[in-house]
Amino acid sequence: MAKEFIARGADLELKKIRKEFPGFTAIEELDLHVPAGEFFALLGPSGCGKTTTLRLVAGLETPTSGNIFIGGEDVTETKPHERPVNTVFQSYALFPHMNVLENVAFGLRQRKIDEPLVKAKEALNLVQLAHLADRKPQQLSGGQQQRVALARALVNRPSLLLLDEPLGALDLKLRREMQIELKAIQIEVGLTFLHVTHDQEEAMDMADTVAVMNKGRIEQMGAPEALYDRPKTVFVSKFLGQSNLLVGEVESSSANSISIEVAGNKISVPKARAEKHKGKIAIGFRPEKATFTSKKPTASSSTNIIGPGEIIDIRFTGVSNQYLIQVPGLGNLTVFAQNVGKSPVTELGEKVWISWSVEHSFGLADLPNTGKAV
Amino acid sequence: MAFAAFSSSKPKGFSKPTKSGKVAIALLAPGLAYLGVFFLTPLIALIMVSLQAPDPDGFIGDYVAAFEFNNYFVVVSDYFPQMMRSFGYALAATVLALVISYPLAYFIGVKARPYPLLQKLMLTLVIAPFFISFLLRTLAWKQIFSNESWIVTTLQQLGLLESDQYVVGTPFMVIFGLTYNFIPFMTLPLYTSLERLDTRYLEAGSDLYASPSKVFRKVTIPLSMPGIISGTLLTFIPIAGDYINASGDFLGSSSTAMIGNVIESNYLISNDYPAASALSVLLMGAILILVAGYVKKSGTEDLL
Amino acid sequence: MKFSLGKYAFPLYAILAFIYLLIPIGYTFVFSFNDSLKTNLIWRGFTFDKWTNVCDREGVCEAFGNSVLIGVISTIAATALGTMIAIALVRYRFKFRRSTNLLLFLPMATPEVVLGAGLASQFFSLGVEKGIGTIILGHIVFCLSFVVVTVKARVSSLDPVLEEAGKDLYANPRQVFWKITFPLLLPGIAAAALLSFALSFDDFIITNFNAGADMTFPRYVFTAAARGVPAEANVIGSAVFIAAILLVLVTQINGERKRRLLLKKH
Repeated sequence: MAKEFIARGADLELKKIRKEFPGFTAIEELDLHVPAGEFFALLGPSGCGKTTTLRLVAGLETPTSGNIFIGGEDVTETKPHERPVNTVFQSYALFPHMNVLENVAFGLRQRKIDEPLVKAKEALNLVQLAHLADRKPQQLSGGQQQRVALARALVNRPSLLLLDEPLGALDLKLRREMQIELKAIQIEVGLTFLHVTHDQEEAMDMADTVAVMNKGRIEQMGAPEALYDRPKTVFVSKFLGQSNLLVGEVESSSANSISIEVAGNKISVPKARAEKHKGKIAIGFRPEKATFTSKKPTASSSTNIIGPGEIIDIRFTGVSNQYLIQVPGLGNLTVFAQNVGKSPVTELGEKVWISWSVEHSFGLADLPNTGKAV
Repeated sequence: MAFAAFSSSKPKGFSKPTKSGKVAIALLAPGLAYLGVFFLTPLIALIMVSLQAPDPDGFIGDYVAAFEFNNYFVVVSDYFPQMMRSFGYALAATVLALVISYPLAYFIGVKARPYPLLQKLMLTLVIAPFFISFLLRTLAWKQIFSNESWIVTTLQQLGLLESDQYVVGTPFMVIFGLTYNFIPFMTLPLYTSLERLDTRYLEAGSDLYASPSKVFRKVTIPLSMPGIISGTLLTFIPIAGDYINASGDFLGSSSTAMIGNVIESNYLISNDYPAASALSVLLMGAILILVAGYVKKSGTEDLL
Repeated sequence: MKFSLGKYAFPLYAILAFIYLLIPIGYTFVFSFNDSLKTNLIWRGFTFDKWTNVCDREGVCEAFGNSVLIGVISTIAATALGTMIAIALVRYRFKFRRSTNLLLFLPMATPEVVLGAGLASQFFSLGVEKGIGTIILGHIVFCLSFVVVTVKARVSSLDPVLEEAGKDLYANPRQVFWKITFPLLLPGIAAAALLSFALSFDDFIITNFNAGADMTFPRYVFTAAARGVPAEANVIGSAVFIAAILLVLVTQINGERKRRLLLKKH
């Protein structure tokens, strides 16, 4: 059955796209390439321009300048109904006056494809909803509506499937379930998926490549692991997970690493993991990569140490404990400790030293709160 | 259902107008052009006719174009009582309609909320008078209050009416009829705003030590003000121009004539077109002042 | 013990108010069965004759037919024009918006005598002979605004994403309109058409100013009022009332049934 849907997706390319609305610029300048068959996520906060990008690809908006190519063909001027693209809308946008089957068959009917109802039924089978074909969309639960919307788009075998926060309206548990299902379907049908979301966990879980968008431009793009391991800007380091950032002048530089001094502590980062090697830079580390001890650990060139600080807050989140540690002259730093039943120090007010591997540090291209580095 | 115009709730705010251009003009042009030709120009025609003078060489009912502003002074001095009467009757009937409608609208819109089907059925009953001919329902009241009816004879026996006094033909009867005929125009907008009233505000009010009557005055009334205003407009305007209720064949007599009756008789019976037109222009002017006051307060977007 | 005023006072008041609203309707209905002669003032006994032989009374059915004809044509024209305007008002941005809103509101605010006299003056100065045609032209004016109000509410509640979904699913603009927009607006358009027909059918004043020799049902009643309205007029009035109220009730009960069905499914 699913073989019916195996069709090669096409690649998508955006070249120097700019989109202005009266009063503001939604997209400043965007270059993007999504390889065929890839699950690509555009991740960013609301208002970052990700939905506009999606609408431009769908043809629901026209770019102010720049070009859009699908499968190598320039579709910039093509009307939405003439593009080989289908969308799963955030609100699903199921037609309330048609039943589920007719909704799914709609695109096929418009293109005068043979046996639209048979093919629509197959698509409903793919999302395991064939038994609800006669229902009206309003009679379905949120998760079911979401699947109908997916079937309605997939049945057309588009070169490119656009997903506009498709899981945004679902509750957390259902959302995680649908993530798994959606990814499985994408692998099964082999289409190119362009997925827009503000949920970083969702993006990292499903996508082959994640592009983090902010203020109308792409800040960083790459595989989820790479993005998380080595964010390049303050925004990415904060939006994708949590980060502790330390700012200082580069004091010393060796063959492999550079160091800054903050509040009397020498903090190093490998050169290969730093965007800038001179001047004032920000070095970050992830809260779960750090540990803390009540005695100052012995210094080593492969470990960064900060301290002493004071534990001012402990939050229990189930899988981990989150400690907020106040370091004089530095502010508050966060450290996560896996909840394995024993903790090194758990008392509020304890004096502790934080340490983490130099290899886990990352140097950013910009500085917190001061915008782009000079 | 037919009166969804008044009872529908506020738009959900989905669609912000975004597109513009030729399509909008193509959609608007036929309808607006129609209103231009068959609504605006007739009003202009009315102004022109109102300034006409009798044709010195013609028969009675023949007029020539002129700028006879004197027509206005003549009609005002001739028909001042009818004008005042129209205003008075319209005011009385509007106030009565408001007083009668408010508790009813409150009951349907607030108290009956747990029973949506009952709400809908009651709304149907409110607009039911619209489904029977305006003239027939007015005549029905005339028969019910006719001189031989048991109501009138009872009133006479009780001494509330002299033996030669009747109800039909009196200002009371005319105001009664006007109130009845236009009450749905008051109830529906009131219902619409009361239906949206968040009862938590009322609870908050009584939580903050306000007595029920104070909650009503300080919370309920202000929150339903949009309904009160549009209901008042929708009731007052048609009443001010009505001439069925006050006409001698229906509920009124010659002593209850309103401005509508004078316009009708001047235009259709005595063919004094300039006088009828001048009166129409004055009536329209008075209503435009009312509407302008409303627009100034609420803008044009809420008119429709 | 505190007597709960609100508990009984409101329902009681509502019942009294509905009795008041329904009295003339009941009266008209009852007197449609009156075995009356020319006039229908005094109860003379029960009969079905007026219902079964309603057209025997000269002029009644002809006037009724004219009213239906005028109502249908005015409704079609006003509904088409008004729907277009309603869509433009909600969906498009244009410069002369304030004046458009005002121009659409004014006919609703204009007393019927004023519009009636104005139209009559215009037809007179253009030398147009008054008749069914001029009545229809007049009725479209006031029906139009009510159609705009009714349909506009429906357009505003229509999520434009549905139309975008249509475009996305290969429907061209025309197909989007006929397969998505129009069916979804249909309840609003139908309500507007019904309202429009009701307004046209019941209009007397504008009709009277622009009718010439042609009769409509309200004109028939008005003319007859001076010497007594025959029971046949009550028959027509009652029949129209029953048809309208049934239509509304069926729609409401149907809607409620659907709503309950949805609640159950969830």
